Amino acid sequence: MRILIKNGRIIDPANQLDKIGDICIADGRIVSILKGGDDFTAEEVIVADGKIVCPGLVDLSARLREPGQEFKATIASESMAAVSSGITSICCPPDTQPAIDTAAVAELIQQRAEATSKLRIFPLGALTHGLKGEHLAEMHALKRAGCVGVSNACMDIANTDVLRHAMEYAHSCDLTVHIQAEDHFLSRNGVAHEGVISTRLGLPPIPETAETIAVARALLLVEQIGGRTHFCRVSSARSIALISDAKKAGLPVTADVGICHLHLTDMDVDGYNTNCHLRPPLRDQRDREALCQGILSGSIDAICSDHQPHDEDAKASPFSETEAGASTIELLLPLTLDLVSKKKLSLTEALSSLTNKPAAILGIDAGTLSPGRAADIVIIDMEKHFSVDQSCLISAGKNTPFNGWELNGVVTNVFFSGQAVYQNND
Amino acid sequence: MSSDKHDIDEILAEMHSQLLSYLKKSNISEPLIIGIQTGGLWIAEKMRSSLNIGSPVGELNIAFYRDDFSRIGLHPRVTPSSLPFEIEDRHIILVDDVLHTGRTIRAAMNEIFDYGRPASITLAVLIDRSGRELPIQADVVGKRLALKTDEHVKLLGPEPLALEFK
Amino acid sequence: MTSNNIQLDNNGRLKHFLTTEGLNKNLLLNILDHAESFAGVGDRAVKKVPLLRGKTIVNLFFEPSTRTRTTFELAAKRLSADVLNINIAQSATSKGESLQDTLRTLEAMHCDMFVVRHGSSGAAHFMAKHVSPRIRIINAGDGNHAHPTQAMLDMFTIRHHKKDFSRLKVAIVGDIMHSRVARSEIHALTTLGVNEVRVIAPLTLLPARVETLGVHVFHELEAGLEDVDVVIMLRLQRERMRSALLPSEQEYFHNYGLTEKRLQVAKDDAIVMHPGPINRGVEIDTHVADGERSVILQQVSHGIAVRMAVMAMSMGSLVDKQEEKT
Repeated sequence: MRILIKNGRIIDPANQLDKIGDICIADGRIVSILKGGDDFTAEEVIVADGKIVCPGLVDLSARLREPGQEFKATIASESMAAVSSGITSICCPPDTQPAIDTAAVAELIQQRAEATSKLRIFPLGALTHGLKGEHLAEMHALKRAGCVGVSNACMDIANTDVLRHAMEYAHSCDLTVHIQAEDHFLSRNGVAHEGVISTRLGLPPIPETAETIAVARALLLVEQIGGRTHFCRVSSARSIALISDAKKAGLPVTADVGICHLHLTDMDVDGYNTNCHLRPPLRDQRDREALCQGILSGSIDAICSDHQPHDEDAKASPFSETEAGASTIELLLPLTLDLVSKKKLSLTEALSSLTNKPAAILGIDAGTLSPGRAADIVIIDMEKHFSVDQSCLISAGKNTPFNGWELNGVVTNVFFSGQAVYQNND
Repeated sequence: MSSDKHDIDEILAEMHSQLLSYLKKSNISEPLIIGIQTGGLWIAEKMRSSLNIGSPVGELNIAFYRDDFSRIGLHPRVTPSSLPFEIEDRHIILVDDVLHTGRTIRAAMNEIFDYGRPASITLAVLIDRSGRELPIQADVVGKRLALKTDEHVKLLGPEPLALEFK
Repeated sequence: MTSNNIQLDNNGRLKHFLTTEGLNKNLLLNILDHAESFAGVGDRAVKKVPLLRGKTIVNLFFEPSTRTRTTFELAAKRLSADVLNINIAQSATSKGESLQDTLRTLEAMHCDMFVVRHGSSGAAHFMAKHVSPRIRIINAGDGNHAHPTQAMLDMFTIRHHKKDFSRLKVAIVGDIMHSRVARSEIHALTTLGVNEVRVIAPLTLLPARVETLGVHVFHELEAGLEDVDVVIMLRLQRERMRSALLPSEQEYFHNYGLTEKRLQVAKDDAIVMHPGPINRGVEIDTHVADGERSVILQQVSHGIAVRMAVMAMSMGSLVDKQEEKT
């Protein structure tokens, strides 16, 4: 299939490109970019006048609930939701059921993704066996099975000696360790940021130090060990400062933030809004501003959806009894673009944190538009507005905190390896 | 339009004389007097002094006994009922300002029975107007008025007492 | 904010009673005034008024509490309502039926009001949000969040002794962190316009940013009690020692236990309150608990009148003009 995308505003942050031009696609790969459109004989021509053309997005973290929790969502259902937001690469954490601590589970997930022919899934392998924080997982085998990093997801590694050895072993496997920093003794049974709101609502609090102490512990180990380490879902201003210092000192660390934390604060929990029950918890206004600043300054490398679709029952209980997480995958792009309209990020910075930067963290060949690469491409109409309607979400999880929000930026076309996998001409 | 004070005094005098002869006829001695808040209370005070009744006037607030609670809810200002005497086996004179539908009197009698079992209840009202919805009649009536459903009479007080027509 | 408006109907009348926060002063005073009227009912030959005749009130208790349940039951019966007591061990809900399913089942039995006690903060809000519009919810304690009827009976007791709120200094002593009573009292006291609310506790028993609730924080009992008109002692749970918040009961009593001697720095006519049940010798000395300044037993009897008031007011908002048409 030979496709010509004509006259779009091509933004490719990896190549510092922001120009109007054409993209030619043949045999699933990009043939040429900007020029060459006039001489290209295409079977299909897409006129992208006034639209943005950029690489398919790379989501650093989305729970697809398969295997193990198919009653919440499946790889098939969430792939549909993901491509509608322009996502063509997804990294999934190892806390499936069973956990991704064997090659079989890692391979199963990738096969299911292949069967959808819509996007690629890059699994993270377990850092410890069964994510129990006690014994090391078979990281070499996981790497051979396609895992792009290792992580203990949200599960605790209470014993610092175990963490140290896990990081050392991962380093010798040349695997990036993804750490969601949380001191589980400090967060205990907490469900909300420790502050004005948790005090008023009487919700068990999670102090900021539950995160910062765990960040500091991991950073000191990185300093000693030297392996690539990625901090997932950073939520507090202090953590960013610690990570920023580490980066300045030359440590091989990166960090990402979940999209909800760039828009919401603990105030949104008021009224016991269970859709705002997240982990790490939504923190205060100051933290939210620091997270946006962190992207600008480069302390934070990437924005991810941290997609966690839930069944209705998971959120239909008193706040502390509900499961944490929000369904965000199909709003990742418009919510990021909203930060651009609010002048918190430039368009290039925003797209970079969704494309080449997360791709670099995973070490995958995606997130850029260079000739010769797989043609994962998104076309976005920035002029189109829409209103978020919970019940109309494509994802099986309807648990969005953004119901009723007015957003702009609608994906009109998505190509995955040169195949049209999504089209919206409304 | 308001009636002048003279009218009220005449009506009160009429009540007084009817009440005297009723008590005599019924062989009632040492009655207790209970007024329904708020207008009934003012009239009850007048009757108490003119009849020289020793015990203080009992106050009845029927808010908790109204039959329209499920339609209009709890009344905004409720001063509690206060019966500063035992009513068991006593003769009660129940006083209200205007007898209209009869619902207030039903509620008042229900409440009185929650304090004890009186020997008798005599109903004395300043005005008996048309529009009864329950089989309740006064034993003593100061003045009878035939009013249309959209016409209303209200007692203003406590000093001076006056009738207001709408 | 929706969290507050959910308590009121379209005419601003009390619909559900979930928290004292966000209700205006007049409404709180209204509750106290109505309670005053209901207080006399207990002294009569027939201790009942027919206000809620034919209504069914369900005491839905997910946490055991004989005291609170009993006063709610008495209050409901004095209003002539039919009362159903349902105790559900919380472990049973996590095993099987969700709170929402429990609600649906009870709704199908045509009950009119749920009085709810639950271990999770926000449980009463959750029920108010999900219950059918003809049903009323009264919060009888949710997690660490609120216990509004207890707070209002304490306000009733305070007004009974002190008449005017505006000049009062009130100290709340003890485990503020885990106390739903304290939170509801703080909101009620600040709304009713007292001069000063103090909380007295070690840092381990104070929630983060507690000063944002409008209170002054003291860590030393004598300093905090100086010149106060009302002392509210909170119950200390034994598990606080187990979870490393306090070293021992002895040390706690030594520093925060209320004794006659410590009470001397308070105003001469200061009253001592406690939501019960009391741990004698842990948070309060027996002589103080039984002493002349203690109004602890009065609190209990005021509890019935206040609960009658709240039940009658919220049930009285049942039919507003819009609902009547449908």
